[in-house]
Amino acid sequence: MLPPEGTAMGRTLAEKVWDDHVVRRAEGEPDLLFIDLHLIHEVTSPQAFEGLRAAGRPVRRTDLTIATEDHNTPTLDIDKPIADPVSRNQIETLRKNCAEFGVRLHSLGDREQGVVHVVGPQLGLTQPGTTVVCGDSHTSTHGAFGALAFGIGTSQVEHVLATQTLPMAPFRTMAVTVEGELPEGVTAKDLILAVIAQIGTGGGQGYVIEYRGSAIEKLSMEARMTICNMSIEAGARAGMIAPDATTFAYLEGRDHAPQGEDWDAAVAYWKTLRTDEDAAFDHEVVIDAAALSPFVTWGTNPGQGAPLSAAVPDPASFADDSERQAAEKALDYMGLTAGTPLREVAVDTVFVGSCTNGRIEDLRAAAEVIKGRKVADGVRMLVVPGSARVGLQAVDEGLDQVFTAAGAEWRHAGCSMCLGMNPDQLAPGERSASTSNRNFEGRQGKGGRTHLVSPRVAAATAVVGTLASPADLARSDSTAPTTEV
Amino acid sequence: MEAFTTHTGRAVPLRRSNVDTDQIIPAHWLKKITRNGFEDGLFEAWRKDPEFVLNRPERQGASVLVAGPDFGTGSSREHAAWALQNYGFKAVISSRYADIFRGNSLKNGLLTVVLPQPVVERLWEITEADPTAEITVDLVNRRVTAGDGEKAVDEPFELDDNTRWRLLEGLDDISLSLRNETDIAAFEARRPAFKPVTQAL
Ligand code: SF4
Repeated sequence: MLPPEGTAMGRTLAEKVWDDHVVRRAEGEPDLLFIDLHLIHEVTSPQAFEGLRAAGRPVRRTDLTIATEDHNTPTLDIDKPIADPVSRNQIETLRKNCAEFGVRLHSLGDREQGVVHVVGPQLGLTQPGTTVVCGDSHTSTHGAFGALAFGIGTSQVEHVLATQTLPMAPFRTMAVTVEGELPEGVTAKDLILAVIAQIGTGGGQGYVIEYRGSAIEKLSMEARMTICNMSIEAGARAGMIAPDATTFAYLEGRDHAPQGEDWDAAVAYWKTLRTDEDAAFDHEVVIDAAALSPFVTWGTNPGQGAPLSAAVPDPASFADDSERQAAEKALDYMGLTAGTPLREVAVDTVFVGSCTNGRIEDLRAAAEVIKGRKVADGVRMLVVPGSARVGLQAVDEGLDQVFTAAGAEWRHAGCSMCLGMNPDQLAPGERSASTSNRNFEGRQGKGGRTHLVSPRVAAATAVVGTLASPADLARSDSTAPTTEV
Repeated sequence: MEAFTTHTGRAVPLRRSNVDTDQIIPAHWLKKITRNGFEDGLFEAWRKDPEFVLNRPERQGASVLVAGPDFGTGSSREHAAWALQNYGFKAVISSRYADIFRGNSLKNGLLTVVLPQPVVERLWEITEADPTAEITVDLVNRRVTAGDGEKAVDEPFELDDNTRWRLLEGLDDISLSLRNETDIAAFEARRPAFKPVTQAL
């Protein structure tokens, strides 16, 4: 990761942020990094707090730690006690731990409660050039701000609570450069699904990926978060995007953004956070934005995806042995036949939400498509805002009305059907189009079958009943108010 | 953490690639607030099938898991490493792991060994041909050995010195980091004022 001594090679964005956080560097040891922000939730923290208690250690920096409830929380009747006693116990354990150790907590019913990766950015806590960790793999989301953000395990959660540092193994750097103009109606979700299909679920292993190029620069912060969020699905350690005017504009005025002189000092620093011209990446991938189209998954890992216009692939078409076997197993689990056009795959459920696509822009995109239309007979559509605040904003904008008028269910914030730890689950054999990030076997409920899609494809699919894009709607229902494609 | 020096045991050949953490331990198990008691959740969905390799009578008591590439992809749940350990696995062998899973395992003393896929294939053949065959994972010499004769495996594996030392000694990372208190305090003192805080102290 470091250039050999005596050479003055440029550094990548990731290397700059890393170097600025080295507490201690010693030969033969991993660097000890300082952690700027530690996000906590109920699932991966109980054993960590228990460890602190057993060792008689305090939380070193409660001022750099924040907790929220998200994975287990119900999305209905949130004012009632949680029905499942095991879930309730886990939430109550978080509440007790936060009270005992002095950690700020946003509980169910609080305006700032929500999916941990939606909460950090909306509060302005996620900032360029910071190190962010959370006991959750999708911590990579925060890289959208030019933060170095890693998902960690529970032992590491305990380590950060106790020391505010982490010993970290060096990483390699990968550039994913996306040049050109995304075709109309093609979104960040389609782009990242296409990237993962290209490099594979193990392709990013050991790397921090920096997304760059003109197509990335044009994206909103929400879209950048969608992309960085799914870096982990390519196996990457983290994903990053260099901060720019879009980033600064998003942050300015947020609760925890710096103010006054601090703001100026911060922006001056943030502007230095760009990969140097003469820096070298260990690996580079170039993608032509103009060649992309709406993308969906057909299999049981996020790399098993294809353009919506394609058909379910024939496993025999995979040259690689283990890929072929994986495809066979996936088709079997998914109940799909090779050669079936993806547009003919009928779904039972549509889920709009998660830390991938549960932000306001995502809800707007889905609402725009479904406005004035109806969810198809026999299809259930669940809309779950990423945070309580996103939910309130959506209500302000009348989006909840758009969804309910179409026949969708408007729910309270949380992870919900992204992983089905709460009652929002698929029944065995049920099929969903989901804006979340994982289509693993059983992820959304035992035996459930998941197709990962963008919010626009999700909404169009809800209307048609089979995997569809908004363009299909414009073609099929000329009576409805015309929607752009 | 229990120290790991060398382990010899029978194996479970898991001929699957991309075994994600949702397969290793499904989400509903994550509601527990302890580090143990996850053994019954290990590969829960697949274990419903009596023919699943873990259910085979000849695999009972096996302690080395030999898995396909990209083992442990997906979520950061450390429960995956705990479940494997709770079940009785001491070591996992695969040609490639997801980073977070591997880090979690090594922090808990579950040795995740990386060997090239052709070697993994040979280990599968050895243990499938003779379920009583034992695999030795020797961390002291960083070698995996199994079988005899022509097909025998005797392969070195890589693991960085620092991780190896921690595992051999059974050292707890937190106390190691806290030895650097002066460095941590010095870093905190020079941290810029514009950096965010979640609450005033
Ligand atoms: S929304 Fe899904 S991916 Fe995101 S933190 Fe929650 S469970 Fe994990």
